[in-house]
Amino acid sequence: MGLLDYFRASRSKKGSAVVARERLQILVAHDRAERDRPSYLPKLQEELIAVISKYVKIDRSKVSVNLERGDRQDILELNIVLSEDTVPSR
Amino acid sequence: MARIIVVTSGKGGVGKTTTSAAFSMGLARRGYRTAVIDFDVGLRNLDLVMGCERRVVYDFVNVINGEANLNQALIRDKRSDNLYVLPASQTRDKEALTREGVGRVLEELAQTFDYVVCDSPAGIERGATMAMYYADDALVVTNPEVSSVRDSDRMLGILASKSRRAENNEEPIREFLLLTRYSPERVHKGEMLSVKDVQDILSLDLLGVIPESPAVLNASNSGVPVILDDHSDAGQAYQDMVGRYLGEELPHRFVDLPRKGFFSRLFGG
Repeated sequence: MGLLDYFRASRSKKGSAVVARERLQILVAHDRAERDRPSYLPKLQEELIAVISKYVKIDRSKVSVNLERGDRQDILELNIVLSEDTVPSR
Repeated sequence: MARIIVVTSGKGGVGKTTTSAAFSMGLARRGYRTAVIDFDVGLRNLDLVMGCERRVVYDFVNVINGEANLNQALIRDKRSDNLYVLPASQTRDKEALTREGVGRVLEELAQTFDYVVCDSPAGIERGATMAMYYADDALVVTNPEVSSVRDSDRMLGILASKSRRAENNEEPIREFLLLTRYSPERVHKGEMLSVKDVQDILSLDLLGVIPESPAVLNASNSGVPVILDDHSDAGQAYQDMVGRYLGEELPHRFVDLPRKGFFSRLFGG
């Protein structure tokens, strides 16, 4: 191995393949989560917002509905942020 | 009853047609009656790769439209009596492939053939979705490169939802990974995704690894499926892949760097 090769090798120790693998792992996981979402989720989200809005004022952008798939069970996760001014005083 | 195999990838230029030609020739050489169909309507190329471009009279769309019967359109390969090619039409009409029409042709082929190989066009337009709709098995051709791997994953999603088997709640399409244009040298240098990387990301059964090889261009230049080049690495890798598809257990060759001898170690190279 020549001197030049030595420097070249030490500079690119972490090859671009590692970067490619990491980027793909994230991307594919994201794509698959999106793909596996049941088609009723957006409609469910709309209807939930409608129901909750009857009782409290909520910011639509702060509502998330997610379905997490597990081996033994799926979890439907509903996340609604009630900011201070929307919570009615008791 | 024939088994229908789609050769798909999403991304273009990764080796679908090369693979369709090699795979169908490999099945035919092992004695199976095989038909290979070009689904790339408007951009027919399988005939060129198979070396039968001057014998095309009728095409797939002619048969669907009833302008010719299957026997008139099928081109028998000159090297194997078991292999027939159904060329794509050069029409620019994207609606030419109908689900019913494709279904009818496949059903008729299934009566006399053992395997029907569907060479899918790139993309996710009609030709590609028609090629996969009736499939029993899918060969997902992938290059060790980010855009190809991503597109392959997209195709897996479509295979799982938009096929006849999926719509009828039947057993899902069997999916296999075929990694093409693989360069063990570049993987060794950390410049290319390894077999394991791609397999981990796509979690598919690995059917074969085809090395990057000058034999592939030489083969398409002369219209000879590369699997017939017995001396080439790519040809042998395709032969192994056909064997594995038929249930043989074969070690993957051309995946690791060849061991360097004493002299090449000493003098580099």
